[in-house]
Amino acid sequence: MDAIRQIRFIWKPLIFLTCLIPAALVVGDILEVTGTLGANPIEDLQDRFGNWGLRFILLALSVTPLRQISDWNWLSRFRRMFGLFAFFYVLMHFLTWLVLDQGLLLSAIAEDIVKRPFITIGFSAFLILIALAATSTARIRRSMGRRWQKLHNAVYVAAILGVWHYWWQVKLDATDPAVYAVILAFLLGYRIWRSRQKKTPLASNPAT
Amino acid sequence: MLIRKPADIRPSEITSKDNYLNRRTFMQSAAFAGSTMLAGDALGAMLPDERGAQLSGVVKSEYSTDEAPNSYEDITTYNNYYEFGVRKDDPVRNAQEFKTRPWSIEVSGNAEKTGTFNLEDFIKPHTLEERIYRMRCVEAWSMVIPWVGIPLADVIKQLRPLSSAKYVVFETLLDKANMPGQGGRSLRWPYVEGLTIAEATNPLPILAVGVYGEELPNQNGAPIRLVVPWKYGFKGIKGIVKIHFSETRPRTSWALAASNEYGFYANVNPEVSHPRWSQARERRIGSSGGSGLASLFNAAKQPTLMFNGYGEQVAHLYDGLDLRKNF
Repeated sequence: MDAIRQIRFIWKPLIFLTCLIPAALVVGDILEVTGTLGANPIEDLQDRFGNWGLRFILLALSVTPLRQISDWNWLSRFRRMFGLFAFFYVLMHFLTWLVLDQGLLLSAIAEDIVKRPFITIGFSAFLILIALAATSTARIRRSMGRRWQKLHNAVYVAAILGVWHYWWQVKLDATDPAVYAVILAFLLGYRIWRSRQKKTPLASNPAT
Repeated sequence: MLIRKPADIRPSEITSKDNYLNRRTFMQSAAFAGSTMLAGDALGAMLPDERGAQLSGVVKSEYSTDEAPNSYEDITTYNNYYEFGVRKDDPVRNAQEFKTRPWSIEVSGNAEKTGTFNLEDFIKPHTLEERIYRMRCVEAWSMVIPWVGIPLADVIKQLRPLSSAKYVVFETLLDKANMPGQGGRSLRWPYVEGLTIAEATNPLPILAVGVYGEELPNQNGAPIRLVVPWKYGFKGIKGIVKIHFSETRPRTSWALAASNEYGFYANVNPEVSHPRWSQARERRIGSSGGSGLASLFNAAKQPTLMFNGYGEQVAHLYDGLDLRKNF
């Protein structure tokens, strides 16, 4: 079996199933098989889905730097999957809020989105992720040409808004969102650093 | 037509495993306490030096709500006590080794009776009462908790504050070695809370020493904590070691941490939003009455009541005060 087939038929399904583990644990806890949801189950669900959404955004953003540093080009074959899992967990986070937390009470939902800045920015990040997920197929990517990359650069905005949304929501101790912020700063900083490296003429580099 | 769900069991009716184990311990210690009581004086509030021990001589109170209390498990596994960590399950995990005996309380400031009191002596002149109160957290969740405690007003009366005393200030133990949260950067330690003298001498506030008829578990603020049912939960300072009668308003912990979000009064008020979330509604923990999948539905938020529903007893304390400014 060649490398591409091996990725497609062995590694991709394996990674896919691994990415589903957090969701499976939620189902397990709801059914009280793997654990329980605790005294405030809705808050527990929201926190878990939201955290996994952020983790998968950071994971998707790690693919390109890792590939460039390591020269493991096969890594890029997993980028879209990580991105779509980020969307999936953020969608579950959003639905938990919409249906279970707010009970589909439209007035409260509208008030929250407009009046609570941390919800406004979280909702904005979610809208960006919808656009990215909807244009993620290979066919749409081809048909969009250069505009596709431009649109998908919005993932940086979504990531910043997502971490900010988390930071703004915690009552006092911002250790957890700070960890995400530091990782995100590294991932974005690497890209800025690399694009500057590229622009620098070779002649200015020190002789080796 | 009235449709009832088949499994209409309140969460409070379910005895958790912990509770069951606790009951076994207190039955053993109750036998022991019984034998010592024959010898000693049986008057006044007794505080057995035994974890989870059953409290004796507890009388019921007309101030109790008839709403169904939350389960022992909800009350003792989901709460804030930043001295033991910032997550809701940190207190129950990190407070188990905490030593609450011997314990003394230092009374100072503008009062006739100041000094350091042994906890048992501090409690003894008073009668233990069960007060089943609503508890509304500033984070928009709530519970109903059957506290056992002594009326704060009785304690204040006993300590005879001078007319110059305008505020009662409480302080939590400062003990970095045994309170791991005090090593973190969350709040300025020790935790400080306070009430005006008028608030403190209202009949509602209590110094709680128990819950569900048993000695207070460490994670809920043992051995002695404040409960002020018409205020947000963070006013209920835990592990109290100092009571100070002051002429000036104390700088309380949450107001110091974020003065635009948490005020000195912190009265439950559905009309004054927290800057980041609404206070108009609250989620009553355990209200779905089920576990697992059922716990996710029928858990709609309920409207929050002005002064947490205790307006009749306390609204007059704030006559003429702009509660939007003095939140």
